Amino acid sequence: MGSIELKNVRKDFGAISVINDVSFKVDDGEFTVFVGPSGCGKSTLLRLIAGLEDISSGQILIDGKDVSNVGPAQRGLSMVFQSYALYPHMTVRNNIAFALKMAKQPKKVIDEKVKKAAAILNLTDYLERRPRQLSGGQRQRVAIGRAIVREPAAFLFDEPLSNLDAALRVQMRLEIGDLHQNLKTTMIYVTHDQVEAMTMADKIVVLNKGAVAQIGSPLELYNKPNGLFVARFIGSPTMNIISGAPAAKRNAASIGIRPEHVEFSTTAGEWPCKVRLSEHLGADTFVYVEGAATGPLTVRLEGEAPVEPGQAVYVTPKENRLHRFDKDGRSLA
Amino acid sequence: MATRQTAAAARTLVAPSVILLFLWMIVPLAMTIYFSLLNYNLLEPDAVRFIGIQNYLDFLSDPDFIGALINTLILVAAVLAITVIGGIFVALLMDQQIYGRNVVRVLVIAPFFVMPTVSALIWKNMLMNPVQGLFAWIARSLGLPAIDWFTNYPMLAVIIIVAWQWLPFASLILLTALQSLDEEQKEAATLDGAKAVSYFFYIVVPHIARAITVVVLIETIFLLNVFAEIRVTTNGGPSTTNIPFRIFELAVNANDVGASAAGGIVAVVLANIVAVFLVRMIGKNLEG
Amino acid sequence: MALKQSTSQRVTMSVIAWLVALLIFFPILWMFLTSFKTEADAYAIPPKFLFFHWTTDNYAEVQSRVDYVRHAINSIVLSVGANVAGLLLAIPAAWSMAFAPTKRTKDLLMWMLSTKMMPGAGVFMAIYFLYLRGHLLDSLWGVGFLLMIINLPIIVWMLYTYFKEIPVDILEAARMDGASLRNEIIYVLTPMAVPGIASTMLLSVILSWNEAFWTLNLTNVNAAPLTNMIASFSSPEGDFWALLSAASVLAIAPILIIGWFSQRQLVRGLTFGAVK
Repeated sequence: MGSIELKNVRKDFGAISVINDVSFKVDDGEFTVFVGPSGCGKSTLLRLIAGLEDISSGQILIDGKDVSNVGPAQRGLSMVFQSYALYPHMTVRNNIAFALKMAKQPKKVIDEKVKKAAAILNLTDYLERRPRQLSGGQRQRVAIGRAIVREPAAFLFDEPLSNLDAALRVQMRLEIGDLHQNLKTTMIYVTHDQVEAMTMADKIVVLNKGAVAQIGSPLELYNKPNGLFVARFIGSPTMNIISGAPAAKRNAASIGIRPEHVEFSTTAGEWPCKVRLSEHLGADTFVYVEGAATGPLTVRLEGEAPVEPGQAVYVTPKENRLHRFDKDGRSLA
Repeated sequence: MATRQTAAAARTLVAPSVILLFLWMIVPLAMTIYFSLLNYNLLEPDAVRFIGIQNYLDFLSDPDFIGALINTLILVAAVLAITVIGGIFVALLMDQQIYGRNVVRVLVIAPFFVMPTVSALIWKNMLMNPVQGLFAWIARSLGLPAIDWFTNYPMLAVIIIVAWQWLPFASLILLTALQSLDEEQKEAATLDGAKAVSYFFYIVVPHIARAITVVVLIETIFLLNVFAEIRVTTNGGPSTTNIPFRIFELAVNANDVGASAAGGIVAVVLANIVAVFLVRMIGKNLEG
Repeated sequence: MALKQSTSQRVTMSVIAWLVALLIFFPILWMFLTSFKTEADAYAIPPKFLFFHWTTDNYAEVQSRVDYVRHAINSIVLSVGANVAGLLLAIPAAWSMAFAPTKRTKDLLMWMLSTKMMPGAGVFMAIYFLYLRGHLLDSLWGVGFLLMIINLPIIVWMLYTYFKEIPVDILEAARMDGASLRNEIIYVLTPMAVPGIASTMLLSVILSWNEAFWTLNLTNVNAAPLTNMIASFSSPEGDFWALLSAASVLAIAPILIIGWFSQRQLVRGLTFGAVK
């Protein structure tokens, strides 16, 4: 009903390959997040699925049907744009109703559906307003409402929260999550924020330079990254990567240990370090240390910890949470 | 940003305009070139014959043509000089913090929007008439003889009329350029203790140099085509006939298709020289 | 050169500016005043500036003597008609260049602008000949078509610059919402571009209204617009100054008003963006 599959999809802009042989499947009802650094191609991939750009080669299948040559309107998908892309000259009602009007639905049906969508999104009081009279969050909801009303096979979100302030972002994250629970429609969500990815996704597709780095559930990517790129991209603060002697000791070109997976002591441990700086957030403390053998490390401590800059400390990795990487940056089992 | 579909649509949508403009350029031009190679007079349509470049030779050696060419160049050069220098002056004035700035602007801009036929006749009759015109009265009041503009200085009269019409254009363009002079640059200049004159020459002039070039190029394109003002005041005559008027004369009065066409090609060549520079300038701007 | 100025400087500048402005505007003012004079007063020496017998007789005579209404209708039909037609061609073309540009688009735009630079005189003979043979002389369709063609590059150019200011993702949203290209242009692009379209039309109407080369040469009686009506004053009618003034005021008034609103468009449209 809403499954999307990409087979060997490639997108070239002139001589540059922006999407390079990407294949994966999104199952019906799944909340899939495309995540990756700027320029990795995640937005392009979304636009290829939407039909706003042509693929250079490969196939895109929606519910098993090849839509590579089908226009955006006929693919049965809805998109929520980063800038919301609301029609400035139309009221909220007409913004939401536009797609139905284009589909030549009868007026009664349109009114019904608009009412329903507005109710789900708490927009009923704003139906007669224009976009410029709305706040950022409200505009967001109108954009979502416009997408909902088409009852698409899947929703496509292009970094929808990046224009909102932090508090609003958290709130909208929850609302989108609720929406997914309610409608149970397939959702593909693009973001550069790995926190959004981890909290919202059933499945994450990590992209790097136009290719798939790894696909998996949030915890899979967290616990079993397949290489340095994913290991460093997922998890905040970033995983500590150490090469040299400590890695060689463990038969690896480099090793990785997350800031939350180390033992921290002022008396004894494997790696002697000096404290450079500590950040006290109340619930957590982040300590930035410099180790002779390891280079700079980040350590996460729970609660409050009385750590001073310049202090001599010891950091020991928990061996069962340690990751090993070969010289090409791939994970060793 | 486009898909195959939008790219295909784009081609279809732009086609009618392109086709029409192409026809507009090519068909008359091709016909004109063809005619220019013929000895063709509408009054003797049967005596048409191919004479090659004879029309051009005749046209270029015709003293009337040389005169027309000189008049064209004089007109263009004089109007350019007056409008650019006057335009800078007026623009500088309007850039000041003066009282009633908006009204001043309206008054200064107005002449550009007046139909050329109206401008010409108002100036010729009510201002420049040697007996009852306003200028004549002013001259006599000052004890000077009244100037019979169109008898003694017809070209000057036409220049004045055309310059009056185009001064607003130059002023407006130059004013726009002046106003884009950064506030910060102005303040920096004040801090540096720049005196008005050196401020003008070292900061203002380079900044508006580009705008001046644009004004010159665009005005030239239009000034090469001055017609109505001449038609309605002197209706020709050796001192004021320019190339467009000569072409018109040959076509409508003498019915000499061949000669008129040859003149037309000459006009096109002249315009193209200017156009090359202008297009290059626009092109550079489109990059940015 | 608005460096810090004292009030006395401001006053001096203002006086000079007003003097210059009034000097420049004077011929129009004089024409306006003369239109309300009797012919005798119009010729009076010394000239009468404000204190004369104000009359509106001339305005009444403009219709009977030179048939103002017919000429005015022609001007309106030509200006509006040529530009509406131009708009119908230009909107799709500008959409194309703004939202689906190719490597050729910039060249295409510049070529279009260059057609505007072609002198009318250059092709006059050919057009005259064609129109003569095609019985298009003195016809509204004939000269109207020409007016549209010569302004088309400017209309396309100006719409292009306005369209480029419209965010393309709104159009993409329309596509996702199932709008065909036609619907996208009609329901989304055009309403959003209304201010730009209006500005463009203002400038274009002004240019068509004042166009004097083709109107004078290709029309005679039936299709003659106001430019011709005024031109007829260059022969015997030209001795009627008050009448000429009244006719002129009627001919230029609409454009003076429109023109005041379209100053910025003037810069944008006629400098082809070379001056910002």
